[in-house]
Amino acid sequence: MDRVDGPAKVTGAARYSAEINVPGTVYGVLKSSTIAKGRITNIDTTAAAKEPGILNIFTHQNLPKPAKTPKQIEKWRAAQSYLPMQDDQIQYAGQPVALVVAATLEAATQAAALIKVTYQADTPIDSYHDPKAELFDPQKIQQGKKDGHVVRGNPQQAFDGAAIRHEATYVHAINHHSPMEPAATLAVWEGADKLTVYEASQNVTMHQGNLAELLGMPREQIRVVTKYIGGGFGCKGSFWPHTILTVLAARAVNRPVKLVLTRPQMFTGVGHREDQEQTLKMGATADGKLVSIVHSKKATTSPWDNYTESNGKIMDMLYACPNYSTVYELARANVMTSVWMRAPGEAPGSFALESSMDDLAHQLNIDPLEIRLRNYADHDHSSGKPWSSKSLKQCYTRGAELFGWNKRNPKPGQTRRGNLLVGHGMASATYPVHSSQGTARVRLFADGHAVVEAGATDLGTGTYTVMTQVSADALGLPPEKIRFELGDTRLPTAPGSGGSVAAGTVASSIMAAAEDVWDKVVKMAVADKKSPLYKVKPTDVKVELGRMFLAKDPKKGETLLAALGRSGQPDIEGSGTGKYGAGYEEKNFGQNGADQNNDNKEKKSGGHSMHSFGAHFCEVEVDPDLGTVRITRWVGVHGVGTVLNLKTATSQMKGGAIYGIGAALMEDTFRDPNFARYTNADLAGYHIPVNADIPEIQVEFVPETDPYINYLGVKGIGELGMVGVAAAVGNAIFNATGRRMRSLPITPDKMLEALRLPA
Amino acid sequence: MNNFSYIQADKAKEATAAKRDDKSAAFIAGGTTLIDLMKLNVENHDQLIDVNMLPFRGIEMTKNGLRIGALERMSEVGEHPLVVQNFPAVSESLLLAASAQLRNMASIGGNVLQRTRCGYFRDTAFPCNKREPGTGCPALEGDNRNLAILGTSSACIATSYPGDLSVALTALDAVLTLENAKGKQREVPITKFYLLPGTTPQKETVLEADELIVAVTIPQTAAARKSKYLKVRDRSSYAYALASAAVGLEVQGGLIRSARVALGGVGTQPWRCSEAEKMLVGKAPSEAVFRAAAEVALRGAKPREHNAFKVEMAQNTLVRALSEVASL
Repeated sequence: MDRVDGPAKVTGAARYSAEINVPGTVYGVLKSSTIAKGRITNIDTTAAAKEPGILNIFTHQNLPKPAKTPKQIEKWRAAQSYLPMQDDQIQYAGQPVALVVAATLEAATQAAALIKVTYQADTPIDSYHDPKAELFDPQKIQQGKKDGHVVRGNPQQAFDGAAIRHEATYVHAINHHSPMEPAATLAVWEGADKLTVYEASQNVTMHQGNLAELLGMPREQIRVVTKYIGGGFGCKGSFWPHTILTVLAARAVNRPVKLVLTRPQMFTGVGHREDQEQTLKMGATADGKLVSIVHSKKATTSPWDNYTESNGKIMDMLYACPNYSTVYELARANVMTSVWMRAPGEAPGSFALESSMDDLAHQLNIDPLEIRLRNYADHDHSSGKPWSSKSLKQCYTRGAELFGWNKRNPKPGQTRRGNLLVGHGMASATYPVHSSQGTARVRLFADGHAVVEAGATDLGTGTYTVMTQVSADALGLPPEKIRFELGDTRLPTAPGSGGSVAAGTVASSIMAAAEDVWDKVVKMAVADKKSPLYKVKPTDVKVELGRMFLAKDPKKGETLLAALGRSGQPDIEGSGTGKYGAGYEEKNFGQNGADQNNDNKEKKSGGHSMHSFGAHFCEVEVDPDLGTVRITRWVGVHGVGTVLNLKTATSQMKGGAIYGIGAALMEDTFRDPNFARYTNADLAGYHIPVNADIPEIQVEFVPETDPYINYLGVKGIGELGMVGVAAAVGNAIFNATGRRMRSLPITPDKMLEALRLPA
Repeated sequence: MNNFSYIQADKAKEATAAKRDDKSAAFIAGGTTLIDLMKLNVENHDQLIDVNMLPFRGIEMTKNGLRIGALERMSEVGEHPLVVQNFPAVSESLLLAASAQLRNMASIGGNVLQRTRCGYFRDTAFPCNKREPGTGCPALEGDNRNLAILGTSSACIATSYPGDLSVALTALDAVLTLENAKGKQREVPITKFYLLPGTTPQKETVLEADELIVAVTIPQTAAARKSKYLKVRDRSSYAYALASAAVGLEVQGGLIRSARVALGGVGTQPWRCSEAEKMLVGKAPSEAVFRAAAEVALRGAKPREHNAFKVEMAQNTLVRALSEVASL
């Protein structure tokens, strides 16, 4: 099925948050700090205030205080806990120092430029590799939500005693999400106690909750709306300064205020993937079986938060390895808090893990695919649990077949095409199922249409489309008779688009709400003399594709609409809560899931470990004289449970590969070591792939059934497609050149340097 | 971006006189660099003088070579049969630059005056000797990966012209026609048009305040007909050159009669390699000969922390370009 929102998008009828127009709207423009550390000594707004139509210029001196700052909020649901413009302190370059509100965008922009801010600058710390930086052990990461130390077995001892030992360090540049649609807020107050915010948000509930806490208002007085998103990749799934500043300013000027970050401000306004390096020690037996993985990571964090991606997760569970440990070390620098970016943890983690596996294969003269099969995890070694489903072997087999892996020359640097060296590489992909739940409402009208509602969001990946399909199937209606509404806190609470949970959770929620409608209509039917199901026990009735029938005698039955029509009621409404992952399993299979025999003492809730899996295969051409790398072929095969829509799912997996190719070959934000300020903060300087960088990408899904995960057996796919991509590229480069590239992105300068050194 | 007034000039004199009378004014043609820098507050002009209506158009062969009106668009010139046939390096340099949308807007005169992509120049939060003389050059110890290794000074290491076209024009001895407010025209070889940064990196060309580029003329030569522009960059399109080479060879009887060599992405200006050309003349084309010339071309390079790779990359780019032109 084609995208239901396609026509609205190509005709411009779809309004993104910044395109919403409310009468009386005025425009906010942020002025950002030029220095990275120090304090503001003076702000001169004289010239700025003379611009026409200025309503107000907010600085730390006159910005109305929120009821609470993030630090005072116990359940702060965002990556960064620091709210700028509360005092004269500067902690990072690009930190907001003033907000101009004017009648026109032009006047606000010009006034912002005319504000003269005087600073007393201190020497900033730019990153964890700054000599002034001090690495520390955070114990816990991500606002204390995750352990900073994980140990299983006796990893160091096992490594020391291993027949084969491999140790390497991998470096990952700063990456920025760079969605096409910038961050945007339109804050509309109706009186002092009612607020509507049109926000470019991946999670309207999260925005509502944080705003309620900051403003000291009841949640229900705040409405957050996001109808369309032009990409987010994680940066719109957190709560950032521009939103609260806009809301406070709108209340003060008593007008709707619209603020859209400029592209340079997008580099210091909505987080980033942190600069980091990982050291991975891998011990194996002589025949390539892993005995130990010892992982550590160093990364830069902000002056306030201990955010860092948890790269270790994937190393703990992807292979059958009995001993494992990870530890995180952070250094505070004058940067804003980094944040989850597509496949947080798994993306850089898989680069290290899957590059080292390739090295190990080469060292032992084993095919890269074979070494993965020798270490295939039949259950999740990190938890001891069985998999709810896993089709990685099938992905390997099918991917290898589609790619022609058996034609690969295992000897590096042997295959030439004209001036170019050709190489083939592969890597595994996996992403966990993050347990989640949400609610939905279904209203079935007797005239044969339905309105289905859930406060989820659509990143542009297809939530509108797949939820329309799910609703149509549940009610037995054609898709064009379904109106699916999302992106509004007035709708039933649903999770945001993040952590690949939207499809699995919202689909489940809609099914639960549809079941509620079924139950109500079945009750009507069994009490209705005119129904073929009259006097039948409701528990004996099944519903499929909008038709109720006697389970024992399917011919005996009628449609939901037939029964509803006779009742004289114009419509009927149902609602329900759907669960995704462990919660669904617990509800439907009991505390331990179906796996009652599993006696592993360490297992947590739920009986199964839930992950999606996949495999990437690619071909690269490396120009040995110029250092350029081109990807010439790509095959991705994935096992993701039920595929709701092949078209949107395929697009998403292709997008994942492209996003990964960007990180692998070009994405790199440079932070000046002396100024702790970015030097390439725009899309001409920060390179993301163009069409010419991307070959034909072949995507397939292997058939997979997962009864434990949710009602429809759907696993999330948003992040999976990116995991392992950089490693597959690096592995293909190794096959092409005999050079192992351990620093992302693999740009021509690094490639040339590696080629100059002996293989 | 500051507020500015806008006038559309119907006659060249009107434009150049307005510019002479207003030191803060700027000419605007395609605006692809100018508006960008104004939005960044790197350039602040109180008046823009639109020159698009002026008659500096046309692509025609003259006795001095191919004359291209300065207001012709990059895409028109790059695709023009006379350019494709007689000056392949020029065509390639235009079509490998920017994006299709930018090439449709940007004028030839404006392209020649394109300004550096140095991140310190483009962000007013940083000191920059080119933007604010005397404030310093953070690129020396900072992000210099994209910056120059030839022609640098302690005040500036920017690739002052970051584009492609002028590299090809420099190799092929193009001549710029400039016209001032008195209506007087003068001709300046492109090799004399750009200035080294020295202690005055803010002064980038010999163009006077009231002068407008009205045409570019490229002499028709055998080397120009057998020319090539090779560009190396971080992605396959829409990226500035890390290194590029514009070369032309005239080979007769197995020997190089004349050679044209210029490099882009490595010099503070489009970098003509006269010594390398001299080395090539009289020799039979071979990789060894090209390699030796490439080493000479990069002699005197002053690489810094992040751009040391450019020495080798530029040499290899040059060897590859020469090899392809010589069909080795």
